[in-house]
Amino acid sequence: MKRSLIDILDFSPDELQELIDTANDIIARPEAYSRLCCGKKLATLFFEPSTRTRLSFEAAMYELGGNVIGFSEAQSSSASKGESVADTAKVISCYADIIAMRHPKEGAPLVAAMNASIPVINAGDGGHNHPTQTLADLLTIYREKGGFENLTVGFCGDLKFGRTVHSLISALSRYPGLKLYLISPEELKLPSYVKKEVLAAKNISYVQTTDLEGVMPELDILYMTRVQRERFFNEEDYLRLKDSYILTPDKLQNARQDLCIMHPLPRVNEISVAIDDDPRACYFKQVLYGKYMRMALILKLLKEAGTL
Amino acid sequence: MNIDSISNGIVIDHITAGRGMKLYELLGLEKLDCSVAIIKNVHSEKLGKKDIIKIDSDIPVSLDVIGYVDPGVSINIIRNGKLIEKKRIEMPETLTNVIFCKNPRCITQTEQELKHVFRLTDRVNKVYRCIYCETKAN
Repeated sequence: MKRSLIDILDFSPDELQELIDTANDIIARPEAYSRLCCGKKLATLFFEPSTRTRLSFEAAMYELGGNVIGFSEAQSSSASKGESVADTAKVISCYADIIAMRHPKEGAPLVAAMNASIPVINAGDGGHNHPTQTLADLLTIYREKGGFENLTVGFCGDLKFGRTVHSLISALSRYPGLKLYLISPEELKLPSYVKKEVLAAKNISYVQTTDLEGVMPELDILYMTRVQRERFFNEEDYLRLKDSYILTPDKLQNARQDLCIMHPLPRVNEISVAIDDDPRACYFKQVLYGKYMRMALILKLLKEAGTL
Repeated sequence: MNIDSISNGIVIDHITAGRGMKLYELLGLEKLDCSVAIIKNVHSEKLGKKDIIKIDSDIPVSLDVIGYVDPGVSINIIRNGKLIEKKRIEMPETLTNVIFCKNPRCITQTEQELKHVFRLTDRVNKVYRCIYCETKAN
């Protein structure tokens, strides 16, 4: 049966574990997977530019032995002629076996999934969801920490508009013993609906603070985020808030030796390059793990659709 | 005050006082050419005060709209002057083209033919969210 991934919560914890297990096996035995998608096509429909995510999907499909078709900006698609997302999804279903879609409008990949006859993967819809980033985050945490239970996680920076933060919190909220430190300026605090509908509803312990260094010794994981210019309507607000938190080596003095520092990338200046060589820096591993999780995801969705 | 009883039609009863007009508007009752009565602030043993709408015609009404505006109201179907069916209306799980998403970043803002669908995500607090962008309905 055709399934899509639009929101990370579309998959149960067991299904996420299955993806993690597959990704770990791909890492251990890449040659065993290198021909599995031979003759299959991934369509990357990127209505807004995102080189990193698109290349990750393309690399994933090529490493499975498959092919890739698609476009990397709306101007080179039929959307520029006024075609609807629904029609695009129906048309692409005739050409490809699976779709990865990025779109600036929230909910566009869901519309595609409702109209396509092939699986659709949400590769980011505006400030809303980005589930494959969460898959990358989960594999990173799993490989660095051995699991998801009893973790203390600090999220730092833009917790208001940071979709990766909301998705990862939702995903981690399903495991016991989670404790959160929410570190942000007042204006970029986690939205109250996330606190109410995810944290309070699941009785998850959390502390809101503006003091990164003060909570540093408590953390198993520090998830840094970029203050995103494109999410602000007002340039002045962006300029005032963009440098709120910059992680430098001196701020890690009280951090644990097994701290895992994560970032969805791209970074601007919120993590000093001086930290890149610190063994606790995991953000480039995250990128690599993202590719493996996308490979595992493509395999799972194609198998469930009966294509493989 | 006297409102004639109806012989064939619908009585929407136990409306929370003050919500009758909103229901009238959302159900589009102003477009009907039959008799429609909105009775406001009627004494009620159970509610203290309530509103009632009487429609003197056998027309289909959207139970989703009623359940969204005021869950708990009752619908009485009248035929030949007799009550033939009484329904208690619950909050619907989904609403289609009843309320509209106002999030400028939502796909419904650019694709005009898309249905606006909201899903009930919190029954206790009566929260509906757009299925596309998850924005909360006001």
